[in-house]
Amino acid sequence: MDHKTVVETTINGERMEFLCEPRQSLLEVLRDVLGMTGSKEGCLTGDCGACSVILDGRAMCSCLMLGVEAAGHKIETVEGLAQGSKLHPLQQKFLENASLQCGICTPGFLMSAKALLDHNPHPTEAEIRYALAGNLCRCTGYDKIVHAVLEASKAGASKAA
Amino acid sequence: MHAINYEAPKTLKDAVALLAQHGEKGRPLCGGTDLIIQLRAGVRRPDFVVDVKKITELTHLSYDAKKGLRLGAAVPAIEVCENHDLKRHYPGLVEAAHLIGSNQIQTRASVGGNLCNGSPAADTTPALIALGARARVAGPKGEREVKVEDFCTAPGRTVLAPGELLVEILVDAPKPHSADAYLRFIPRNEMDIAVVGVGSWLHLDGDKVSAARISLGAVAATPLFAAKASESLVGKKLDDAAIDRAAKLAIEQSSPIDDMRGTAEFRRHLVGVLTKRTLHIAAERARKA
Repeated sequence: MDHKTVVETTINGERMEFLCEPRQSLLEVLRDVLGMTGSKEGCLTGDCGACSVILDGRAMCSCLMLGVEAAGHKIETVEGLAQGSKLHPLQQKFLENASLQCGICTPGFLMSAKALLDHNPHPTEAEIRYALAGNLCRCTGYDKIVHAVLEASKAGASKAA
Repeated sequence: MHAINYEAPKTLKDAVALLAQHGEKGRPLCGGTDLIIQLRAGVRRPDFVVDVKKITELTHLSYDAKKGLRLGAAVPAIEVCENHDLKRHYPGLVEAAHLIGSNQIQTRASVGGNLCNGSPAADTTPALIALGARARVAGPKGEREVKVEDFCTAPGRTVLAPGELLVEILVDAPKPHSADAYLRFIPRNEMDIAVVGVGSWLHLDGDKVSAARISLGAVAATPLFAAKASESLVGKKLDDAAIDRAAKLAIEQSSPIDDMRGTAEFRRHLVGVLTKRTLHIAAERARKA
């Protein structure tokens, strides 16, 4: 119905419950209901990938899923990458390679890249570029991002939680 | 987005009942990669969104060597792309599904949804038409089968009547020495809408063609089955002359428009090029199959 419903889901390994209206996207729920502002709003049309999260192990645009659809699924967001103060290898390599400037695309790229490495631990450069095609960056020109993902794969990033 | 009601029926019977009840005010939700955008833009304004992803018939994907492919309407494209049997037996369809959007889009978007959205430039529809695929539709008056080439009627419109729902897509088991191929032209490398898409399927008997199906996307108001081009190959030796003739006939059947993605003249040229290329690829695969 169009009134708010309770949704139970798992986010970054934690069972969570939230209240939302059917018209609220998962992105809106993450940011406005749960205060998890790591996932960004870029286009709301599934073109830019800034809102990318991992759903049941696969990258997807959280702007293109309703919050109510999240029931029973496993969601990973950028907030779940670091273990306390220990950065995920992808985050570490992004920093070392200066793979971000304004940073607005970065959470989306990190989640897309994590989804790639979790399925394909040693991708070629071409495979990385194609896998990240759903993420747009206005600042960096992509090279440093691709390089960071390559280095992270060599550092065994896919084995990180 | 305007306020919507969300329902998630667990059976096909319930889904049909809900959609029949809502009529024009209801819309099925599969991957949401078209519908949610349309809801935000106000292009579609249903009061009821009926999530069909909890219905087994719509999330079912199976291949049988005799019965062929059953592809539920809500199966995400990525499952098609990762399926070992489909990659082996319907490589053109897998190619087409893997061209939809990005990895993120393919995690949710379904081939069934791609068909039902009714875009003339849908990537998987020409691949399905080339395979002679059929759509199983359920509605308040019962079930019916529609050939995929008859499914789309105008840009954004399909044969689905209010209350009707696509259940699954059916493709026959491949015959020996048959294969499909799909190619798309876009200005960038990914994430574009097809300027032209061509799906071809061949069934060979030695070096002669027993059967052929060529389908064109993004060059008419709906994806097309290029009947004359396809028939021109039947019974003939598949040489350059035959392929050239088929390509010319395919161009003749297309009616592209000028738009920001390309001119009609360029699109006609692409129809010829992609028809030839997909026929070559399908033939090479068919010889090995």
